[in-house]
Amino acid sequence: MKLFELGERTAQVHDVLVTVAELAERDDARAVLLESADDPTLLKPYLNRLELVVLRFPIFRDGRGFTQARELQEYLRFSGEIRAEGHILPDQAAFLRRCGVDSVVLPKDGNGDPALWEKQLRQFPVAYQRSVLPERSVGPGLRVEEAS
Amino acid sequence: MSAPVGHYQYDRIDRDFLQARIAEFERQVNRRLDGTLSEDEFKPLRLMNGLYLQLHAYMLRVAIPYGILDSRQLRKLGEIARRYDRDYGHFTTRQNIQFNWIRLEDTPAILRELAEVDMHAIQTSGNCIRNVTADEYAGAAADELVDPRVHAEILRQWSTLHPEFTFLPRKFKIAISGSPNDRVAARFHDIGILARPGEDGAPVFRIFVGGGLGRTPVIGQELFDSVREEHLLATLEAILRVYNAHGRRDNIYKARIKILVQAIGVEAYREAVEAELSQMDLERYRLTPEAVAAIRSRFAVPQLEAPADADAVLAQQRRDDPLFDRWVRSNTHVHRDPGHIIATISLKPAGGIPGDATSAQIARLADLADAYSFGEIRITHLQNVVLGHVRKDRLRDLWLGLAEVGLAEANIGLIGDIVACPGLDYCALANARSIPIAQKLGARFADTALQAEIGALRINISGCINACGHHHAGHIGLLGVDKRGEEFFQLTVGGRAENGAAIGTILGAALPEDETVDAIARLVDCYLGRRESGETFLDTLTRLGHEPFREAAYEAV
Ligand code: HEM
Ligand code: SF4
Repeated sequence: MKLFELGERTAQVHDVLVTVAELAERDDARAVLLESADDPTLLKPYLNRLELVVLRFPIFRDGRGFTQARELQEYLRFSGEIRAEGHILPDQAAFLRRCGVDSVVLPKDGNGDPALWEKQLRQFPVAYQRSVLPERSVGPGLRVEEAS
Repeated sequence: MSAPVGHYQYDRIDRDFLQARIAEFERQVNRRLDGTLSEDEFKPLRLMNGLYLQLHAYMLRVAIPYGILDSRQLRKLGEIARRYDRDYGHFTTRQNIQFNWIRLEDTPAILRELAEVDMHAIQTSGNCIRNVTADEYAGAAADELVDPRVHAEILRQWSTLHPEFTFLPRKFKIAISGSPNDRVAARFHDIGILARPGEDGAPVFRIFVGGGLGRTPVIGQELFDSVREEHLLATLEAILRVYNAHGRRDNIYKARIKILVQAIGVEAYREAVEAELSQMDLERYRLTPEAVAAIRSRFAVPQLEAPADADAVLAQQRRDDPLFDRWVRSNTHVHRDPGHIIATISLKPAGGIPGDATSAQIARLADLADAYSFGEIRITHLQNVVLGHVRKDRLRDLWLGLAEVGLAEANIGLIGDIVACPGLDYCALANARSIPIAQKLGARFADTALQAEIGALRINISGCINACGHHHAGHIGLLGVDKRGEEFFQLTVGGRAENGAAIGTILGAALPEDETVDAIARLVDCYLGRRESGETFLDTLTRLGHEPFREAAYEAV
C-alpha cells in the first residue's frame, strides 16, 4: 500500500482498521473504514479516540466521499486524518484536498503515479468557491487561493 | 478593450484558469491514448469538457453562460463551425452551441481557440452542475424585476470545478429568472430560481427544486419562498449536499434530484436542507454585497439613447409595410426603455432544422449585433437568437439585414417556432428522426399569415423518452416511439413551460410518421373552428377538454 499526502499532515499507518459496525466492540480501534453509503454521524460517539477515517470509493464516479469528508470536517469537527482509498483518480486530487481529505492510497495501476497526483494538486492556481481550507480572496468576487 | 455588454468580463486570472483546464484536458487525452486511463474513466472527464460521442462523430458542446455572447465570441463560433465542423453550429435548448462533426484530436485546439475569446466547454455535460441558464430578455425586458445575470454569473463561478459536486448521482441543471413571466422553465429544472427585489435593495430568491423532463417529467416544488442574497450559496450548497449524499446511484433513470424529492417528499427535503444549514459555518458560505458588487462591476451597461421620435418612426414604418409589421408583432418584446425594443431572430426557417445556423449566418448575426445592439447576442432556450437593445427607429434596417441571410422569419412563439432534439439523424438513443418531422411541420405551416392567425402555439419534438426536445412541455408534444422498427409519434397536448407549468397528456395511440403531420393539421383546424374570440390554442383546449381534439386527430386513422 503506497500512501500519498495531499497536504501537510503526515499519513499514519494503522494495523487495525475496522468497520463502523465493529467500532463499538473494538476499544483499541483508532482507524475506521467508512463505506460510501455510511452516514458519518455514526462516528460521533467515537471521534475522540479515532485518529484516521478511511473513505472508500467504490468507483471514482461515486462522489459521496467528498460530502462525507466535508461533513467530518465541517460538522463533526474531526481533527484526525481523513484518507481516500479505492477507485480514485489523480484528476480528483485537488477536489479531495479541498474537501478535507489528507491522504490517499495510491491506485495500483497507471493512475497511481505520484507525479500525476502532484501535478493535479497544483493544476489550478485559483478556485471559484470556498472549501474547507484556509483561503484568501483573489477578487473580484468569489475567487480564492490557498492561504499558506 | 472595453468590457462587453451583458456578460462578465474575464481578467488575466480567469484566462489562466481556462488555460490550466485545457492543459489538464490535453493530458487526459494523452493518458487515454497511452492506456493509463480506461475509456470508462476517460468518459466522465471528457464529458465535463463538453465532448460527447454521438452516432457518427464526436460532438462538442460549448458553454454560453446565461445565453449571452459578444460579437467577437460569436464570430469565433462561426470560424470554428467553418474550420472544424461542416460549416454550421446548432444552438440548444439550454442556451449552448453544439458542433456535431468534431474529431477528438482537434478538441484541444478548438478549446484553445475558444479560450482566446474567454469561452470554454466546462461542465456542459457530465454528472455535475451544468451551464446555468437565464431569462433571454434579462436586463432588457420591461416586465423584469431583477436582472438575473449577475447572480447567474455568480452561480457559474461557484459551480465551476466545485470540489464536492463534480461527481453527483446525475447531471444537475439550474435556471434563474428575475421576471414574473417565467421564460426559463424554472419549474422544469433541478433547481429553478426566481429573483425579486427584497426590502433592503438586495434581491431575494424563490427556489424550486426537483423539476425535470426526461422519462419521468416532474414539476418542481417550492423549497423556499425568500432566500436572502447572502444565504444563496449556502442554501444551494445545502440542497446539493443532501442530493449528493442521498440521491440514488444504483439506476441512472432514478438518479435525478426529482426522484429523491418525490421519494421523501418536499417537506422532508426542506428539513434535510435546514438541518445542513444549521450545522454549516454560514459565514464561510456568505455571499457578501462586496462580492456581488465586484462581479456586477465586470458587466458593462448599454448606454440607451434614442431620438424622441423613435417610437413614432417605428409606428409609421409598421403602417407602411405589413410584412414588417407582422414580424414586429411576433418577433419583438417590450423593452424597459421606451426608445428601444427587444428583437428575437428566428432560427426556424420553414422547412429548416430548428436551431441550426451556418457560419455565414453566424458571422452576419455578429455584424448585426455590432450595428444594432451593442455587440451583444443572446441564445434562447427555444433555440432562437435575441438582440436585446435595438433602437426602435432602426429596427426596420435590422429586419432588412436579416432578410438578406434568410433570418427574417416571423414566427416566434407561433407554430413554426418548433423545438426539436437531434433525434435519429445524430443520436444513438433515438427511436425516430425528430428533424425531418420538424421540417415537414415547418413546411406545412410555412405561411406566416396563417401562423399569425393560429397564434401562440408551441410544438416540441423528442426522438425518444429522454425528452431532450421537451415534448412534455409543448402545447403540442411529439414523442418518437419505435413500433417493430417503424417510426411512430405519440401526441401530447396541454404541456407548458411558462407560468402555470404543466405536463402534457397523451392524446391517444401513437401515429405512423407519415400520418403525424396531417393529424396535427387537423388538431389545429379543430382549434380554429371552435375557438372563441381571443382564445389561444391552450385556452380552447382548457375550455373544451381533450375529447374534440382527440376525435379530430384520429378521425381519418
Ligand atoms: C445526440 C446527443 C444527445 C444525447 C445522446 C442526449 C441524451 C440525453 C439523455 C439520456 C437525457 C436524459 C437524462 C435524464 O433524464 O437524466 C437527456 C436530457 C436532456 N437533453 Fe439531451 N441528448 C442529446 C442531445 C441534446 C440536445 C442537442 C439538446 C438541446 C437541444 C438536449 C437537451 C436536453 C435537455 C434539455 C434534457 C433535459 C431534460 C431534463 O432536464 O430532464 N439534448 N439527453
Ligand atoms: S430525446 Fe432521445 S433521441 Fe432526442 S436527442 Fe435526446 S436522447 Fe436523443
